[in-house]
Amino acid sequence: MTLDSKIPEGPIQQKWDNHRFNLKLVNPANKRKYHIIVVGTGLAGASAAASLAELGYHVTSLCYHESPRRAHSIAAQGGINAPKNYKNDGDSVWRLFYDTVKGGDYRAREANVYRLAQVSGNIIDQCAAQGVPFAREYGGLLDNRSFGGAQVSRTFYARGQTGQQLLLGAYQALCRQIDSGKVKFYARREMLDLIVIDGQARGIVARNLESGAIEPYIGDAVVLATGGYGNVFFLSTNAKYCNATAIWRAHKRGALFGNPCFTQIHPTCIPVASDYQSKLTLMSESLRNDGRIWVPKKARDKRDPRQIPDAERDYYLERMYPSFGNLVPRDVASRRAKEMCDKGHGVGPTQLAVYLDFAEAIQRNTKEWVAEKYGNLFDMYHEITGENAYEAPMRIYPAVHYTMGGLWVDYNLMSTIPGLFVLGEANFSDHGANRLGASALMQGLGDGYFIIPYTIGNYLATSKFPPLKSDHPAFTEAAKSVLEQTRRFVSIKGKRPVDDFHRQLGKIMWDLCGMARNADGLKKVLQSIPQLREEWWKDVVVPGSVDNFNPEIEKAGRVADFFDLAELLATDALHREESCGGHFREEYQTEDGEARRNDDKFMYVAAWEYKGVGEKSVLHKEPLSFEYVKPSQRSYK
Amino acid sequence: MQFTLKVWRQHDRQAEGKFVEYKATDITPDMSFLEMLDAVNLDLARNGEETIAFDHDCREGICGSCGMYINGRAHGPLRGVATCQLYMRSFKDGNTIVLEPWRAKAFPVIKDLVVDRSAFDRIIQAGGYVSVDTGGVPDANTIPVPKPIAEEAFDAAACIGCGACVAACKNSSAMLFVAAKVSQLALLPQGQPEQKARVERMIAQMDEEEFGGCSNTYACEAECPKEISVSHIARLNREFLKARLK
Repeated sequence: MTLDSKIPEGPIQQKWDNHRFNLKLVNPANKRKYHIIVVGTGLAGASAAASLAELGYHVTSLCYHESPRRAHSIAAQGGINAPKNYKNDGDSVWRLFYDTVKGGDYRAREANVYRLAQVSGNIIDQCAAQGVPFAREYGGLLDNRSFGGAQVSRTFYARGQTGQQLLLGAYQALCRQIDSGKVKFYARREMLDLIVIDGQARGIVARNLESGAIEPYIGDAVVLATGGYGNVFFLSTNAKYCNATAIWRAHKRGALFGNPCFTQIHPTCIPVASDYQSKLTLMSESLRNDGRIWVPKKARDKRDPRQIPDAERDYYLERMYPSFGNLVPRDVASRRAKEMCDKGHGVGPTQLAVYLDFAEAIQRNTKEWVAEKYGNLFDMYHEITGENAYEAPMRIYPAVHYTMGGLWVDYNLMSTIPGLFVLGEANFSDHGANRLGASALMQGLGDGYFIIPYTIGNYLATSKFPPLKSDHPAFTEAAKSVLEQTRRFVSIKGKRPVDDFHRQLGKIMWDLCGMARNADGLKKVLQSIPQLREEWWKDVVVPGSVDNFNPEIEKAGRVADFFDLAELLATDALHREESCGGHFREEYQTEDGEARRNDDKFMYVAAWEYKGVGEKSVLHKEPLSFEYVKPSQRSYK
Repeated sequence: MQFTLKVWRQHDRQAEGKFVEYKATDITPDMSFLEMLDAVNLDLARNGEETIAFDHDCREGICGSCGMYINGRAHGPLRGVATCQLYMRSFKDGNTIVLEPWRAKAFPVIKDLVVDRSAFDRIIQAGGYVSVDTGGVPDANTIPVPKPIAEEAFDAAACIGCGACVAACKNSSAMLFVAAKVSQLALLPQGQPEQKARVERMIAQMDEEEFGGCSNTYACEAECPKEISVSHIARLNREFLKARLK
């Protein structure tokens, strides 16, 4: 199989324009004859479903939540980037493009990133027109802030709830189309298989989570916008329902999986407190703008942090990176925190935390000033830990946050299965090996509002769609096998609950395939997962029945897929013998402990082909070339 | 810590429900309320018994999925937090805790503590949006919004759609939910062109879903995890009257 990225010809500034002109259009009167299935209703899914319906297509939208508004995009805090240059500080499409390619450690496709930077301004216009209550200046114009270490202020935000407000904007646009009858929406439906007929994606099979019924959905194209797979680590900042089942089952049907080992660890999360912990909570990294990160110089120093004098504190990021200080990229900040804890400088009851201290910011300004900027985060910290961060430093520790990897897509956002498109976090495309802050919202909405509406038309206009009914054997067989799997879960009647297995899998992955990886550890992962999977099929207990609302069955299906995905993740991490972005291989680092890329050998997208449970996946490579942003060693010193 | 739980169990929409007692043992004050329920469910699953169904997802108080009466109060004893943000340190060791699903005609029980809140979606579908298609919109800065207005609109837009306002109201009124969206869009210039049709249609849909009327007890504001002010209900009423008088 050769991977054709379909990157258009021409200078990078003109690629998207040229491409849009060359794409075939569907006659307006014919659009209503096409039927598109959109799975997921986060930023990417809701914006895609609404925009496609506005164009006149028939759209079926599904999500496993009770309402489109529950999707996890809602929890994004910080903001959304766009190079509007409203601040007159030298921003441009080119600069955002440059920052994103560099931030991704030269493992993203230049053409895609440039397009993303180009459409990002339109996203802000669109959301403002929808009535998204962005932060404003006193003159009534939009406010921007600098975020995640960017040297310009290009981040638009809505207090600490930017994701919520953008999602509600997209949700409302979707609601308008549901009201108009052009979108048929189905809540509490989980996609469990992709239907591929004669090489084309023609539908899905979904489980009705309330009745347990397995339902067929037919379409001319399928769009997956089902988010990332961070919950393979069990503990992450993802919502509890976030899972990889939709993309994994599409992968099993032939869609290649790109760069699964590129996972992002976010540095400013609230540390794990107990063995019962169910998820981790992220606090916006805007905290690093004014908070100072430190650990005691003396290992295992148990003193109250306020009793430790300045001279006995190690502000390690400021020491190691004098020019970027506490604002180094997420991967660097995370790894250094782990390193400090590994050396015994960790603080708090578990010693797996570092301090984030606002004492100086409070002294320099006022407590009120800090409260105005970060009040909601301090409140959140207080709710969770019961501690007052105005009085003593917060404790933070990195946590899994985002997955840059995902289904491989070409420039049109189409996977290797014709007619299967993948948007947002679910695809692998724009962030390379590391995503910059305030870029996830940008990509999700860019894909949904401004890219898929053009590219899907070309596919529809240039393909043939034989009539199809839901009694086609492809549907009945898929429904049968899905139902069999569900019944099998219930019939095992073992001793260990689903969450028990998931937690164990997550621990293996976090310990050996988390912030730092090495060949021995990864080989151990690849040995332990098959054993765990075997035990699962013997000893899992899934109580309740299959024909009823049963969260245990939902979880079981997702965890079963996580086993397989975890294996692929570790396989990819083992094969990539270099460190880049979020993927840090201990064997490949510079003398001062920075990531060492190997551009000669690994400047490609690793796209994996599924070959069966326990079988070795096959690697396909999409070479990357950097014509506009010349690869260099990232340096934040 | 340990607790006795009295949990509403109901197999499906049609079934009759009842309270069932469970013991929650080995609970620590740092556990969240939902983690305490996870622990009870783990024990149930180990014994092959059906686990307690409850809606939840982000566990950060923003998705609006979780929500139940805890000792008769929507989202439990604290002000301004959703169920998922409640920690066991807020409860006295040894106490009995009663867990019930939202009770409202418009929110039928699906199972145990899970209810059907799709009525809220249908209200938004009836006009809780600005009718702009993708593309073809002006530059964002051509629509200035004074900062205080933007802030007030944001306060309304912070609604997470959890349904606590309905659950807290003796009439099961959805006025605070509807008001939050109407008020947000009424405050902003973008919402003006459709204001009349919006408020009329959303109110009509609210009535059709059989939510009750508002009798100004302000229980909704008191139990709202986002502390949305009843002043938005006043704006809703004004907008509704204005629409009727035009």
